[in-house]
Amino acid sequence: MAAILSYIERESVIHKLTGTTKLIFFIFWSIAAMVTYDTRVLIVMFFTGCLLFYVSRLKWTEIRFALIFMFVLMAINMVGIFLFSPEQGVEIYQTRHVLIHLFWRYTVTIEQLFYMFNFMMKYMAVIPVALLFILATNPSEFAASLAGIGVNYRIAYAVAIALRYIPDVQKDFREISQAQQARGIDLSKKDSFMDRMKNSSAILFPLVLASLHRIEVISNAMELRGFGKMKKRTWIVGRKLSARDYIALVMAVMTVVFSMVVTFYDGSRFYNPFL
Amino acid sequence: MGKNQLSIKSIVAIGIGAALFFVLGRFVAIPSPIPNTTINIQYAILGLFGVIFGPVVGVLAGLIGHILIDLSWGSPWWSWIIASAVYGLIIGFSSKYVKVEEGSFGKKEIIGFNVCQIIGHAAAWIVVAPVLDILIYSEPVNKVFAQGAFAAISNIVSTAIVGTILLAAYAKTRTGAGSLKKED
Repeated sequence: MAAILSYIERESVIHKLTGTTKLIFFIFWSIAAMVTYDTRVLIVMFFTGCLLFYVSRLKWTEIRFALIFMFVLMAINMVGIFLFSPEQGVEIYQTRHVLIHLFWRYTVTIEQLFYMFNFMMKYMAVIPVALLFILATNPSEFAASLAGIGVNYRIAYAVAIALRYIPDVQKDFREISQAQQARGIDLSKKDSFMDRMKNSSAILFPLVLASLHRIEVISNAMELRGFGKMKKRTWIVGRKLSARDYIALVMAVMTVVFSMVVTFYDGSRFYNPFL
Repeated sequence: MGKNQLSIKSIVAIGIGAALFFVLGRFVAIPSPIPNTTINIQYAILGLFGVIFGPVVGVLAGLIGHILIDLSWGSPWWSWIIASAVYGLIIGFSSKYVKVEEGSFGKKEIIGFNVCQIIGHAAAWIVVAPVLDILIYSEPVNKVFAQGAFAAISNIVSTAIVGTILLAAYAKTRTGAGSLKKED
């Protein structure tokens, strides 16, 4: 089973920030990276992110598989972009500097390479901060932090339930799937495609019934304990914001402002070095 | 409790639905006939949850489940996350027409469910995901629509087969309204 990213305990400033702060920081960071296409902003964001990652004392080796996965995903995306639209960069930057002509409609232009570099940076700029959010936020603090940014606590609680029951559902799935395999039901390539689909239902159906039963049990338990009677609720792991949280929040706001200003002061999302 | 509040059952259904979506989407890869692509079985389950619990559960379970999948890989791709939520929302509206809770799942319901899931997948993968990809990432138009069309077709096929089988089986476990008859 593939390794999965999850919380890693460490002594660091980043870990000491509240979940709310980290969530807001991550959301603002994502927004900034989504809006801008400015190379300078993206590079600054990427290196700031890496610096923060360094501060958190997490190690790159702990996330190697995630990085490899993202790299492969990015490479496939890049190849796709080039195959489908080799002139996308020319269209965006309005100039055309040919490097080599390959064949048919495929020409390598500096504009295309620059566009693809920007596309990659747009994804990369978020990675360190996203990883920090995942690796340095205690999952039991997650629901409290959602409530902290003003999400209705019922929805925050739904997220908490999801996180709490992922391992259980996984265990259910593994057990059912092994039991069905013992009866000769297979999902691998040895069976024909239609058989595979039908076989997957044989595994999914018990899983669905078990899950519906689980919903029944949990909601009865919550009902009995008077969930939702009050307008507000408190969280065991909820913490108050401290000075360092406010500093982080100011930094998040400044990132968005910086990204917007640098991006739009010349009237275009793109930084164009060719004109 | 206010009228517009989510019921406790919906809250739990969102949580468990998202957990199922996560587990199936993250760990279960069924090879498809096209090399190196896998079938996304989680949309069949999301469809089932949408039909049973309605659009609010559909949209939130899809949104939370997909965010968790992306976070577990490292970094979220927001345009496709939102597309999953849109699919959950649209399939959830079919709960008005497909009364599977009452134990009936005949021709009418099968068609109703599949029409909804086709509309949902088409809206999510051929409209929402590519348009957002263009707006956010300035990706080439033909690439994102080709990607979207492929995703839509494979998801429609898997939901049509697996989703329909699951719903039919589920309906059999429910006692239908008016299923009791007076003895002659």
